[in-house]
Amino acid sequence: MVDVATDLPAATTGAWLHGVVRDADPATLATLATIAGIDGGPVRAVSAAGLVAVVSTAPLDEYGEEPLRRNLEDLVWLERVARAHHAVVEALARRGPVVPARLATVHTDDGRVAGTLAARRAELVAALDRLTGRGEWGVKGFLVPGAATVTAGTAAAGGVGTAYLRRRRAQLTAREERQQLASAAADAVHSALCELAVVGRRHAPQDRRLSGVPAPMVLNGAYLVDVAALPRFKELVGSLGRRHPGLELELTGPWPAYSFVADRPEPALTVGRPG
Amino acid sequence: MTTALAPSSADDPLGYRPVALVDLLDRVLATGVVISGDITLAIADVDLVRISLRALVASVGALTQPEDGG
Repeated sequence: MVDVATDLPAATTGAWLHGVVRDADPATLATLATIAGIDGGPVRAVSAAGLVAVVSTAPLDEYGEEPLRRNLEDLVWLERVARAHHAVVEALARRGPVVPARLATVHTDDGRVAGTLAARRAELVAALDRLTGRGEWGVKGFLVPGAATVTAGTAAAGGVGTAYLRRRRAQLTAREERQQLASAAADAVHSALCELAVVGRRHAPQDRRLSGVPAPMVLNGAYLVDVAALPRFKELVGSLGRRHPGLELELTGPWPAYSFVADRPEPALTVGRPG
Repeated sequence: MTTALAPSSADDPLGYRPVALVDLLDRVLATGVVISGDITLAIADVDLVRISLRALVASVGALTQPEDGG
């Protein structure tokens, strides 16, 4: 619970930011009330500077700084909140461009949210312009498991020690080679996809325990794709999969453009040629 | 095909395909616009997110047995 140390009424709720959209007429904004926020209640619009921030009311005993620290470590809580946040952002994305907020962006009141909109107006407007008519697609690449036993041979017993060691060394070398080939293939796939996408970037490969996929991940790419280029993009994913049989490619999306609204382009960001 | 962390999403009102939690976390934790709220300066901090992901991996490891993909 929040400790109230003064006799002023302490804020007990904050504003959880889902995303920022362009300003809209009141009728359109009223339809926001049909979208459920993090706690199941309707989301609200905070308008300022020609922009609209879509927020959920967030009780600070659950979404304040200290509770968040604890709750972010709780998988059940994290999943519930991540999915609820995503449901709002996705609902907004279906209506038009949205700049999604990172999970757990909480302001103490709506006035602060409005202040942020005003202070960062130029940046947010530029992001909305950049995202219009485009969607994010994910392409994951896994090492094909079948290739894992290429040099395993008939390793029945250790036999002579040196023979065993030689075989073991060959196995390790083969595995390294396979990893290098897969890594080069992943680079090639990423480059090819960036050519067609507006922009692409690579996330860190997913932990196998989180993904539940036993095959090692060598590519975890995100691509911002023009709606008009989408059929060609999907075709390209298919043909790249055939060109690189050592990789199994998996397409996900459309996503709201979570991966393309960062403040500063990260070093991993790769800019593709337009068109 | 399915992952241990991808239960069907009942909270998607328009019936979009449910997304794998791990794919979602890639996006909502590691990226997204960093609009620093009054509270989130620390929360949005990358270090904290890393800590929670480590804890996540540990909790998932404890939940799922290596033999069974779930």
